[in-house]
Amino acid sequence: MDKTYNNKAWLLVIPVFLLVALSAIIPIMTVVNYSVQDTFGGNKFFWVGTEWFTDVLRSERFHDALGRNLLFSFIILCIEIPLGILIALSMPKKGIWVPVCLVLMALPLLIPWNVVGTIWQIFGRADIGLLGHTMATLGIDYNYSSNVIDAWVTIIVMDVWHWTSLVVLLCYAGLVSIPEAYYQAARIDGASKWSVFRYIQLPKMQGVLIIAFLLRFMDSFMIYTEPFVLTGGGPGNSTTFMSIDLVKQAIGQFDLGPAAAMSLVYQLIVLLVCYVFFTVMSNVGTDKPEVEE
Amino acid sequence: MESTTKETTLLVEGALRQTNQMKKPRNFRWFTPSLYIFFLMLPIYWLVNMSFKTNQEILSKFTLIPENPTLSNYVVIFSDPSWYNGYINSIIYVVMNTVISISVALPAAYAFSRYRFLGDKHMFFWLLSNRMAPAAVFVLPFFQLYSSFGLIDTHIAVALAHCLFNVPLAVWILEGFMSGIPKEIDETAYIDGYSFPKFFIKVFTPLIASGIGVAAFFCFMFSWVELLIARTLTTVDAKPIAAIMTRTVGASGVDWGVLAAAGVLTIIPGALVIYFVRNYIAKGFALGRV
Repeated sequence: MDKTYNNKAWLLVIPVFLLVALSAIIPIMTVVNYSVQDTFGGNKFFWVGTEWFTDVLRSERFHDALGRNLLFSFIILCIEIPLGILIALSMPKKGIWVPVCLVLMALPLLIPWNVVGTIWQIFGRADIGLLGHTMATLGIDYNYSSNVIDAWVTIIVMDVWHWTSLVVLLCYAGLVSIPEAYYQAARIDGASKWSVFRYIQLPKMQGVLIIAFLLRFMDSFMIYTEPFVLTGGGPGNSTTFMSIDLVKQAIGQFDLGPAAAMSLVYQLIVLLVCYVFFTVMSNVGTDKPEVEE
Repeated sequence: MESTTKETTLLVEGALRQTNQMKKPRNFRWFTPSLYIFFLMLPIYWLVNMSFKTNQEILSKFTLIPENPTLSNYVVIFSDPSWYNGYINSIIYVVMNTVISISVALPAAYAFSRYRFLGDKHMFFWLLSNRMAPAAVFVLPFFQLYSSFGLIDTHIAVALAHCLFNVPLAVWILEGFMSGIPKEIDETAYIDGYSFPKFFIKVFTPLIASGIGVAAFFCFMFSWVELLIARTLTTVDAKPIAAIMTRTVGASGVDWGVLAAAGVLTIIPGALVIYFVRNYIAKGFALGRV
């Protein structure tokens, strides 16, 4: 849509600007403030320059948390994206089962994150949980609170359970927007299922897939509540992701300087990915205005 | 010449019929979604199942359906103020947040969808970056900001803090819906002598009613599921149900039945409303971009 240039439009944006500035700029300035100063307690601060940043960037703790987080994001993307596409492809396109599928699949997305953690905590316990009990009956040694592998598997399965539906729903929205004529043409050409997928469905889903990919990356990159409730970051530090580590440092140990420096590095990574996201989203919006139908 | 075209049409129709017939017998497409939904429902089923059991039954035997179904866990929640106040607190700040977010986001989204202005793209990006910001970064500064205003443990503090990600969300979703409305409608209304506020309320708002509904739903939901900020900014009077649940988990001798019942009750609000927005779930999660 061609838009007119009018700076009076700012008047309409000002309330949003002020409100978000209050909850974004002021807090970030506090963080910046802490990241360049040290304190001996009380309210006495002194300037330390970039010391905290070099500390944080060199610290093993930060590398480990970042590494764990990237590994986690990588694994869940590898599972959720293909699985989401597969399920979206086999979902009904019309009929009474469509709303049933949509509502049931969306259900995990609407559960408070800590309840997701609680659900899986209960589900996986050997004494009272269905999964844990079944595992124990089958003779499989499974304990997410003491075994690192089990903890990781549980968190990954939990995330797949929680968020795959998002990928499914996005892909499904992309799929139903493909006109029937495309499929008819493919049938006349005698196209195989694979080539229908490769040359019609996949290109048409490209836009939503990129969105799904970025959304899942961002959200898994800042995951906090679910693993916190399930494992509390343990066993040891094996499931301490960036956010968990940051909260531990800022509120648990009150190490304001390193925590603030880490916050800024973290925020910077998010900003970078966010920029990619923004560019992609703006393009998706412009070249597919008819997708709505 | 005519006969050849006729022949081709016949051929095409035949081919179509054939493929249709070929497709019919092996229709196992329902299998994958059913299996997936089964996987989704299993943990929820277990939670619901537990919520109808007594603590004794939970700990002593392993039963797939409650032997003596009981509502006692739910009775505990509805009769103990420290439990049910959690729900009331959550609902208060979530509703406050939704109202604030939608009312400031409406005019802004209109501006973004209709006009170009100085720094519009930057502003739009900046909003998105706040939607994506990790809550962990903001926990401590939020605590200090709101305690310096003496707002800790009030509902409005949480409602305002959640605006950090919900206002951008609402702006993006509403912008997505508004861009689908042809600009001619605005122009016609102005020619007809509508002033901007009158046009916006009388003509435009009804047109994007579904968009407002979807945006409100997503604001409600994201504020409802968030725990970290809500927990940090509250101590007693405004403590959300989510935080009350986490506290109970830490205590020794957890009452699993009550915990499960509390969990089930947090799922209900979303489950009730989801049916009405079912066709817009993807659009809402993709910030209005699908």
